[in-house]
Amino acid sequence: MQEKKIIESSSQLRDLSEPMIELNGVNKWYGDFHVLKDINLNVGKGEIVVVAGPSGSGKSTMIRCINRLEEYQEGVIKVKNIEVNADVKNLRDIRSNVAMVFQHFNLFPHLSIIDNLTLAPMWVYNKPKKEARDTAMHYLERVNIAEQADKFPNQLSGGQQQRVAIARALCKSPDIMLFDEPTSALDPEMIGEVLDVMISLAKEGKTMVCVTHEMGFARKVADRVIFMDEGQIVEENDPETFFNNPESDRLKLFLEQILAH
Amino acid sequence: MAVYSLKTAKEPPLGERGAVAWIRHNLLSSSFNILFTILSIYILYKILPPLAHWLFLDADFVGDKKSDCGGDGACWIFVFEKLKMFIYGFYPQAELWRANLTIALGGATVLIAALDRSPKALKIITILLLPIVSVVLLSGGYFGLAHVETNAWGGLLLTLVIATVGIVLSFPIGVLFALGRQSKLPIIKTLSVFYIELIRGVPLITVLFMASVVLPLFFPEGIDFDKLIRALIGITLFQAAYVAENVRGGLQAIPKGQYEAADAMGLTYWKSMRLVILPQAIKVAIPNLVGSFISLFKDTSLVMIIGLFDLLSMVKLTANDRDWLGMDTEGFVFVAIVYWIFNFTMSRYSKRLERKLDTNNRD
Repeated sequence: MQEKKIIESSSQLRDLSEPMIELNGVNKWYGDFHVLKDINLNVGKGEIVVVAGPSGSGKSTMIRCINRLEEYQEGVIKVKNIEVNADVKNLRDIRSNVAMVFQHFNLFPHLSIIDNLTLAPMWVYNKPKKEARDTAMHYLERVNIAEQADKFPNQLSGGQQQRVAIARALCKSPDIMLFDEPTSALDPEMIGEVLDVMISLAKEGKTMVCVTHEMGFARKVADRVIFMDEGQIVEENDPETFFNNPESDRLKLFLEQILAH
Repeated sequence: MAVYSLKTAKEPPLGERGAVAWIRHNLLSSSFNILFTILSIYILYKILPPLAHWLFLDADFVGDKKSDCGGDGACWIFVFEKLKMFIYGFYPQAELWRANLTIALGGATVLIAALDRSPKALKIITILLLPIVSVVLLSGGYFGLAHVETNAWGGLLLTLVIATVGIVLSFPIGVLFALGRQSKLPIIKTLSVFYIELIRGVPLITVLFMASVVLPLFFPEGIDFDKLIRALIGITLFQAAYVAENVRGGLQAIPKGQYEAADAMGLTYWKSMRLVILPQAIKVAIPNLVGSFISLFKDTSLVMIIGLFDLLSMVKLTANDRDWLGMDTEGFVFVAIVYWIFNFTMSRYSKRLERKLDTNNRD
C-alpha cells in the first residue's frame, strides 16, 4: 500500500469527485445476445480502475463503448460530461480526450515508430512536424525506447511494440487512458516492462481504466477493482477487500482460478 | 561432463560448392529431373539455332526496299523503313516534336516515380498531370499549337496514350469504388457493387463499342465527343472496376485493429483511409494491380475495332503496303518485342516496389 500513498501525495490533479467517465444503465446487444447488462460505473479524475473477469464477460466491450469503438443501444455514457453518441463533434472531442492501448498493439506497420507517434498530433491536432517529433521523442524516452525511433513496428519485440503503442497514445496528451488487455498478447518476460510503464503513468495521476488479468498490477495501483461476469458488474471494491475478502461466490471462484498457481 | 573448444568454419566439400553443386541440385537431382534436363536440352537444340538464323544470322538489316531482302531470314529493313509509322502513326511530320516531347515527359515521369529520392508530392503530381498534359500537348488547339485530329494519332504513341490515361485515371476512380463497396451506407455500397459487377461482367470490346457507337446516339444533336476521348473514357471506366476489385482484396487483408487504432486516434474517415488503411491495402494489392495494368496495356490493341490505329493495327496496315507485302511476321515479332519490353518493365518495377514497401524484414 506504500505505492498508493505516493500516488495520492504526488498528484494535485487527482479529484475523485470530479467525474471523467460516467456509464448509466448501459445495455448492449450483439443481435439477440445481451452482452452488457445495466452497466453503471463512474470514474473520477485521476482514478485508476481495473476491470477483471473471465473471457467473454463483456469487459473489453464495455471499455470499447467509452470511445465508441462499439455502439450501445440503451443508457448513457458521458466522457467529461460529453455524451458518447453519433454526434460527430462529440465524438471528435471524446476521442481527443481518450486514448486507447490495445491487446494487439495495432501499430501501423507501414510507418516507422516515429511516424506512428506523430500521426495523430500532425493530422488530428495540426501540430507542425518539428513540434510533433519533439513530443514523440519525449514520450519514446519516457518508455525507454527512443533509440528505436526509426525502426518499423515489426522489427521490435512485443513488449517494445506495446510500449510504443503507449507512447503513441500519450502523444495526444489524453486525460483518460483505456487499456484493453495490454499484456495478454505478450510473452511472460515482456509483461514486466509494459506494466512498469503503466505504473509510472498511474503515479502521474492519469485517469485509467484497465482491462487486465494482471492482479499484481491491480493490487499495486488500482483505486478500485471491478469484477464482471456474463455482461454485468458483479462486484466492485478497493483492491484490499477485493482480493482478501471477496463477497460473491463467482468472484471467489474466479480468484481461486487465477491465483491458484 | 566435458568442455569443447571452439571450431573454425571449414569450406563445404567439393561437390557442394559453386557450379557443380548448382547443377547437381537443380538439373540432376532425380531420375525424373535428369530426363527433363535431357528433354529440355533437346528442345532448345531444335529451337534456338533456327531462331537465331531467322532473327540475326540470315536476316537483312541493310537496304531500303523489299528487294534488298534476299535471304531466308527476317527482313528487318521493313521495320526500319516503317519505324516512324509504327511509333507516331499519321501524326503530322511538322509536329513530331510534340509527340517526342510527350514521350520524353512520360519517360521523365517514370524516372521520377522510380527514384527513391524524389519527394512523394512531386511523384503524385507528375503522375496525375501526365495523361492530361499528354493529351493537351498532342491534340493542340491551345497555346498556339496547331490542332491535330486524333484520327492522326497512331502507333506506339497512341498505345502509350491509351495505356497511360487508362492506368493513371482509373486508379483514383477504382480506389473510390473499392471504398464505396466497403461503405456502411447502403446506397453507396449498392451502387458500387452494381457498377463493379456490371463492368466486370462484360468484355472490354463491348464497352468500346458502347462508347464509340451507342453513346453518341444519346448525345443531343450537334454535340459530339472525339472518338478517342470516348474510347479513353470507356477504357478508364472499365479499368476502374478492376482496380476497385484489386484494392478491395487489399482492404480485406487489413486487420480490424488498424481501423480501430485509427478511429481511436480521432482521425476522420478520409484521413484514416489516406494515411493508414489505403497505403497498406494498396501495398497488398500491388501484384494484382500491376497484373491488371499489364492486361490493359495489351488490351489497348482492341481499339482497332473502333477504327483507331494503335501499334498493332499500324503494323497490320503497313504490312498491307503493296511494296512490302508478306512482311506480317516481321511486323508482329517487332510488336511482340515492344509489348514485352513495356510489360516486363512494369512487372519488374512492381517487384521492386513490393520489396521497397516491405517493412517486415528490414534491417
